Amino acid sequence: MSPLLTYGIAGAGLIAIGLYALIVRRHLLRKIIALNVIGNGVFLTLVAAAPRLGAPDPVPHAMVLTGIVVAVSATAFALALAVRVRDATGAAALPPPDGDGASGPGH
Amino acid sequence: MPLLAELPLLPWTVTLPLGGAALSFVLRARAPAVGLAAGVATAAVGLLLALQVATAGLQRHAVGGWGAPLGIDLAADGLSALMVAMTSVVGLWVSLYAGAYFGAGNQDGEHQRAYFWPLWLLLWTALNALFLAADSFNAYVTLELLGLSAVALVALAATPAALGGAMRYLLVGLLGSLLYLLGVGLLYALAGTVDFRLLAAAPLAGPATAVALGVITAGLVLKTALFPFHFWLPPAHASAPAPVSAVLSALVVKASFYLLLRFWFWVLPEAATPVTLNLLGLLGALAVLWGGLRALTAERLKLLVAYSTVAQLGYLFLVFPLALGEADGFTAWGGMTLLLLAHATAKAGMFLSAGAILKGAAHDGVSGIDGAAQAMPVTTFAFALAGVSLIGLPPTGGFAGKWLLLNAALATGQWGWAAVLLAGSLLAAAYTVRVLTHAFTRLPGEPPACVVPGRLEWTAVALAVTALALGLAAGEVLELLRVGAPVVGPVLLEQAR
Amino acid sequence: MSVDAWLPALIVLSSLLPGLLIFFLDEERHALRTALNLAGAVLKTGLVGWLIWGVFHDHAFESRMSLVPGLDLVLAADALSVLFVALSTVLWLVTTLYAIGYLEGSPHRSRFFGFFSLCVSATVGLALAGNLVTFLIFYELLTLATFPLVAHRGTPDAMRGAKVYLAYTVTGGAVLLFAVAWLSALAGPVEFTAGGALGDLAQTHPAELTAIFALLIAGLGVKAALVPLHGWLPQAMVAPAPVSALLHAVAVVKAGAFGIVRVVYDVYGVTLAADLGVLQPLALLAAFTVVYGSVRALAQDGLKKRLAYSTVSQVSYIALGTAIFGPVASIGGIVHLVHQGVMKITLFFCAGNLAETLGIHNVSEMRGCARRMPLTMVAFTVGALGMIGVPPVAGFVTKWYLGAGAVAAGADWVLVVLAMSSLLNAAYFLPILYAAWFREPVGPWPEEHPRGRFEAPLMLLVPALVTAVLSVAAGLLAAAPFSPLDWAKLIAEREYGL
Repeated sequence: MSPLLTYGIAGAGLIAIGLYALIVRRHLLRKIIALNVIGNGVFLTLVAAAPRLGAPDPVPHAMVLTGIVVAVSATAFALALAVRVRDATGAAALPPPDGDGASGPGH
Repeated sequence: MPLLAELPLLPWTVTLPLGGAALSFVLRARAPAVGLAAGVATAAVGLLLALQVATAGLQRHAVGGWGAPLGIDLAADGLSALMVAMTSVVGLWVSLYAGAYFGAGNQDGEHQRAYFWPLWLLLWTALNALFLAADSFNAYVTLELLGLSAVALVALAATPAALGGAMRYLLVGLLGSLLYLLGVGLLYALAGTVDFRLLAAAPLAGPATAVALGVITAGLVLKTALFPFHFWLPPAHASAPAPVSAVLSALVVKASFYLLLRFWFWVLPEAATPVTLNLLGLLGALAVLWGGLRALTAERLKLLVAYSTVAQLGYLFLVFPLALGEADGFTAWGGMTLLLLAHATAKAGMFLSAGAILKGAAHDGVSGIDGAAQAMPVTTFAFALAGVSLIGLPPTGGFAGKWLLLNAALATGQWGWAAVLLAGSLLAAAYTVRVLTHAFTRLPGEPPACVVPGRLEWTAVALAVTALALGLAAGEVLELLRVGAPVVGPVLLEQAR
Repeated sequence: MSVDAWLPALIVLSSLLPGLLIFFLDEERHALRTALNLAGAVLKTGLVGWLIWGVFHDHAFESRMSLVPGLDLVLAADALSVLFVALSTVLWLVTTLYAIGYLEGSPHRSRFFGFFSLCVSATVGLALAGNLVTFLIFYELLTLATFPLVAHRGTPDAMRGAKVYLAYTVTGGAVLLFAVAWLSALAGPVEFTAGGALGDLAQTHPAELTAIFALLIAGLGVKAALVPLHGWLPQAMVAPAPVSALLHAVAVVKAGAFGIVRVVYDVYGVTLAADLGVLQPLALLAAFTVVYGSVRALAQDGLKKRLAYSTVSQVSYIALGTAIFGPVASIGGIVHLVHQGVMKITLFFCAGNLAETLGIHNVSEMRGCARRMPLTMVAFTVGALGMIGVPPVAGFVTKWYLGAGAVAAGADWVLVVLAMSSLLNAAYFLPILYAAWFREPVGPWPEEHPRGRFEAPLMLLVPALVTAVLSVAAGLLAAAPFSPLDWAKLIAEREYGL
């Protein structure tokens, strides 16, 4: 099995694991980590698509770098939001949708 | 107009709001004024761009002079010009509204007023850049920017419901973008490029291409809230502040749908099979019915309007079975575009008027608007007119769009979609009347004095009237849409001749 | 651009623009509001007079605007549209006066008169529509404009009636939209042409045309109150009397009936419709509605409800006349558009007067009321006699032509239906007349207003008398040129190519 195929399959596996955790786990921190795992899986798959005959293709590497930057800022934002959710609702989990979260007048 | 054709409008549509965002963040105290100025300027440039494309045809600009395939290009054809114009019109009125909405009366006013403008202008930047993106990876970056600013705007309301809705939106959005990125990467591996034009020309076929398209579609469908992935939309749109809800329903969800169109109609039309097309159409149909039913029973007014968005987005997916792979697909293509534009203006008007009514109301349930027809007749009129466009009654843009889609469905013998269009109209009529009945209910005693600023009412009316004007100007819109369209055919089909 | 291209559009605008302006007026600006209303009505009457003269001399009036390539908004004047436009215009003028008097002192008059004007604009628009899509557009606008009128009072009853009304009419509108879209997909833009506009499509697609016909009738039948789609009409009686008058005589119900006439004569053509075999079921449905409406009317004690069921019955005469093949029956059906309008509006004006002056809402309360309100009851009697078919009121002319046409077409069973209907009409109108004129009142009136110089305010009395006179004139002078009957004959000639 070529190294590229290994990376590719590993990437797909990471995505699968992350997706499962994202859907099943209730704690916000776990969901955020799951998203990061999915992200890593995607990046790994992208890197696996990089090589060409001769020098590696820089474009997928550039895409991965951009993706990592985006993932970092998104994760930071998500963590800050998770803290706010925990402070507002008392639990670090998603409140039920369509809830009775009475938002009061003026919204 | 030769002068118009020369103007480099494309980069300005992106740099103006970006600069405005930075300025309004730095000049915290003057944020509303700076933000509004930037908004007006951006809207003007956007509308000029539409005019430019209408008169001079396809536009392309190489940012920094680099040029594709390594540089970032901005490109405008008929569809993107219309999207930018839609963003300009809705953005202009929403900006005017927001200036008054986050005014002195609001408790959280200070905080929201300061941070709304930079975030809103960043969102506008992302929208314009996305609609004008000429390669799929740049689209990814703008998609992420769009998602993050949208989530931040939802969270601006700072209530538990808003924070929960924002968190859910963020998680779903990030998942969607990651799937999209995966697809873009796979396509690059297969074709060696990310530029849309080059991708369209590349010989892409086989199971790998199908997987790439499938993953891209999964990600974008998640972000467009297609049934059954719509669960995140109602909580987010309903608990956000009114101008934010308007922008989210009218513009943000359309961005990911626009990318879907780019991939299916331009890049990989040969990968479409009748099964997949009908599946997309079926999910759209289910969205129309499910969204309409949930709107009928919603307890809160903004939740009703949010479910209406879910339903209306479903109509848009009918373009897949009706236009792709058909010899004369322009009818359905035009109908979908008209519906998209009409929905943007009407839904924004609806959210703005709902926000104005609720500002003066006791609670945010649907019955909280009892007596609104007496206290705030102008706003009620805006809501009603917007509802008329969503139902699809003439002479609004919603009617024009539905007529074209009906024509396409009936002329090609696809009865199911025609039935869905009609059922959706009836459901929309039912939930609009539900709201209007409450508004017209006479409250005992004198109607309370109207406490909301006049600007909130008139911007809502302006948007609703735009939906009406779209119906009257449908011919011109379709002319612009022809520029660079992926399908051809007459505007209206005839079966027997 | 020539006058011929502007006139139809101007006629629609003459009530649309004042209506839009009225919305912005303050409640207290009575004089300005009345001035705008009347100015629009008078202007429209003048323009319509011009139109009638022009159509009689075979002028071609047409306003055309392109909505999308391949779909035009067309306003054109032919004999049938002129008939309906003239009816709408004259009755609008009269109803405006009545409404001004009736709503004296009520709140939200600007809103009321704004939607009132929109309603008439929509009616006139669909009268002048030159193709099915334009008709559909104004038909839907009519629904939108009349909903706030029905809901005007804002009470729970009013809202309930309005919701029922909207449920029926929007559903009917959706069915109509489907049918029109289907036909347009099949045959392209369908412009109204005397004798039919579908060409030889009947040869190639008979089954589809039949299905489309059924759907068109279903969609139009809601507004035309064909059984079983009539349920909204009695419920909509919660509206103020001017609204009931307008809905029944001029706007909504007539729009549906007018649509049926257009579909049979100017879309399908009466010959094609007969060949397809769709006229028989329509005739049966119309006949059933005629009888059913009358039977239900018998059982109603509420005066407006009884009149509502009477409308259900009477408007189906139009559909019946249309569905019987032959020029004589067609004349009967078409002319009843006008006759039923003037007679029914008289009855509703009188019902409104009785309610306003004496608080009478039920038939059982009407004993002896003719003593107190003789002029009103004279008008009511004229209208009632017309409904029964007594000469010289206009209703007699209609029944005569319908009967003669039925015999000429060999449909003798229609005579039975007409006779039964007249008997039933007599059964539910004559007792009212007898009780009002010849019985003594039982006790004090439910809610009497003090008597002024006249038995009721002039603004309420004069319109009723005017329309009563028109009902008699339409019958007495039926043979005169430019009478409704004469015009109906012209329409039938052009349809049958005589």
